[in-house]
Amino acid sequence: MRAQFVLSEIGVGLRRNLTMTFAVVVSVALSLALFGASLLLSDQVNTMKGFWYDKVNVSIFLCNKSDGETDPNCAKGAVTGEQKKQILVDLKKMPTVDKVVHESSDEAYKHYKEQFGDSPLASSLTPDQLQESYRIKLKDPENYKVIASAFAGRDGVQSVQDQKGILENLFVMLGGMNWAARAVMALMLVVALMLIVNTVRVSAFSRRRETGIMRLVGASGFYIQAPFIMEAAVAGLIGGIGASAMLVLGRYFIIDNGLALSEKLNLINFIGWDAVLTKLPLILATSVLMPALAAFFALRKYLKV
Amino acid sequence: MIRFDNVSKAYPKQNRPALRDVSLEVERGEFVFLVGSSGSGKSTFLRLILREERTSQGQVHVLGKDLARLSNWKVPQMRRQLGTVFQDFRLLPNKTVAENVAFAQEVIGKSRGEIRKSVPQVLDLVGLGGKEERMPGELSGGEQQRVAIARAFVNRPKLLIADEPTGNLDPQTSVGIMKLLDRINRTGTTVVMATHDQQIVDQMRKRVIELEKGRLVRDQSRGVYGYQH
Repeated sequence: MRAQFVLSEIGVGLRRNLTMTFAVVVSVALSLALFGASLLLSDQVNTMKGFWYDKVNVSIFLCNKSDGETDPNCAKGAVTGEQKKQILVDLKKMPTVDKVVHESSDEAYKHYKEQFGDSPLASSLTPDQLQESYRIKLKDPENYKVIASAFAGRDGVQSVQDQKGILENLFVMLGGMNWAARAVMALMLVVALMLIVNTVRVSAFSRRRETGIMRLVGASGFYIQAPFIMEAAVAGLIGGIGASAMLVLGRYFIIDNGLALSEKLNLINFIGWDAVLTKLPLILATSVLMPALAAFFALRKYLKV
Repeated sequence: MIRFDNVSKAYPKQNRPALRDVSLEVERGEFVFLVGSSGSGKSTFLRLILREERTSQGQVHVLGKDLARLSNWKVPQMRRQLGTVFQDFRLLPNKTVAENVAFAQEVIGKSRGEIRKSVPQVLDLVGLGGKEERMPGELSGGEQQRVAIARAFVNRPKLLIADEPTGNLDPQTSVGIMKLLDRINRTGTTVVMATHDQQIVDQMRKRVIELEKGRLVRDQSRGVYGYQH
């Protein structure tokens, strides 16, 4: 295999179909950017959900020492062992309760660190500032109010929170966006594949004289097909680089600068650069392999050996 | 070198088979004319040897190999031992004479040094020494066919297939091409040539195989063209 020969063939092929190549590059870039955006959106949702979101429905936060001074619900001081035991017994008696997990303030600190590890607030926090809590899974999540009315205002209980109430709507919206991104991605992907197949077909047709001679003098199938496949792969790679750039710039302008959501919504924990960077290898690999495979199968039809 | 055993070939959507029960053998070093009117099966005969087509019935052996049993990925290896020349030359118009010949070696992965050595050699052999850098468009038909022959011969094939190589050439030029093919034949290369050129066949007095409506109707050593068309 003479690399120089193949490379020059690729260059000639890409220039000959400049408009088609451009269309392939753009459609691959858009579909893969949407693919990456969809992955990042899922990451974002997971980051925001934190440790307990998918596992429980209701949380009962218990008073700790420092709450005694600041929180009117905890005017009688920190929760006692007796109170804790009573709450647990009462919870287990309720038919709607499926499971109860106790989270100590040390565990709460650990989970908090995992979710908000790099925020300035987390570094000033100590375990005893966090409440211990009962995390409750209900048989029917709609029964949240039963728990609330039974335990809110009880001695030692700081608050009862419906875990999903706050974020549910946001997540429904993000989920919807995610599906929309995937639908558009699927469509763009189909367009990209059809463009690649067509480009390869045009390319094979315009070079049928060369390939005909190559066949006759006994060039191997791989040697005949390689320039076409590499052509598609190179165009795809350019598209993949474009998609990667869009994701990096997207995170930069939406989260850090431009829209600067991280400043405006500083309570939300946003995905970090690592989340974006770990997606790039996948996107680049897909951008090379997908067009190469499409070209390979297109050639089986249009370039008989 | 070539053996046909009861070979028939039918194309889909055609009621008459292109070849019908053809059996023959071509020995190493022979020069064979393949004659017959248009549609007699000459092209199919050649395409079967090149394994561009497969037989419907019977076996074709080329260079000792049963082409029906040759897997697809081994076909290129087989074709490297064959050279092919056509009526329409099939040169690459945007490459020089030397590049056209070198192309046949580049695409089978020959080394640069080998190409640099063998290309001028074969161009000298076909009488085109000194015209390496010309473009095909600047050459006469006869010269273009010589380039095509150089390209077919540069990998030193054991068998040269020529499909009406003089079909586009005037009689005088054709004689030159035939002399060249004869010279190549004398180096030990088997030549099978399909032709309509009565004068050439009658002059050369080589083996003549005649096909008619897909059947082998004549196989004559030192034969003549034999029928008026």
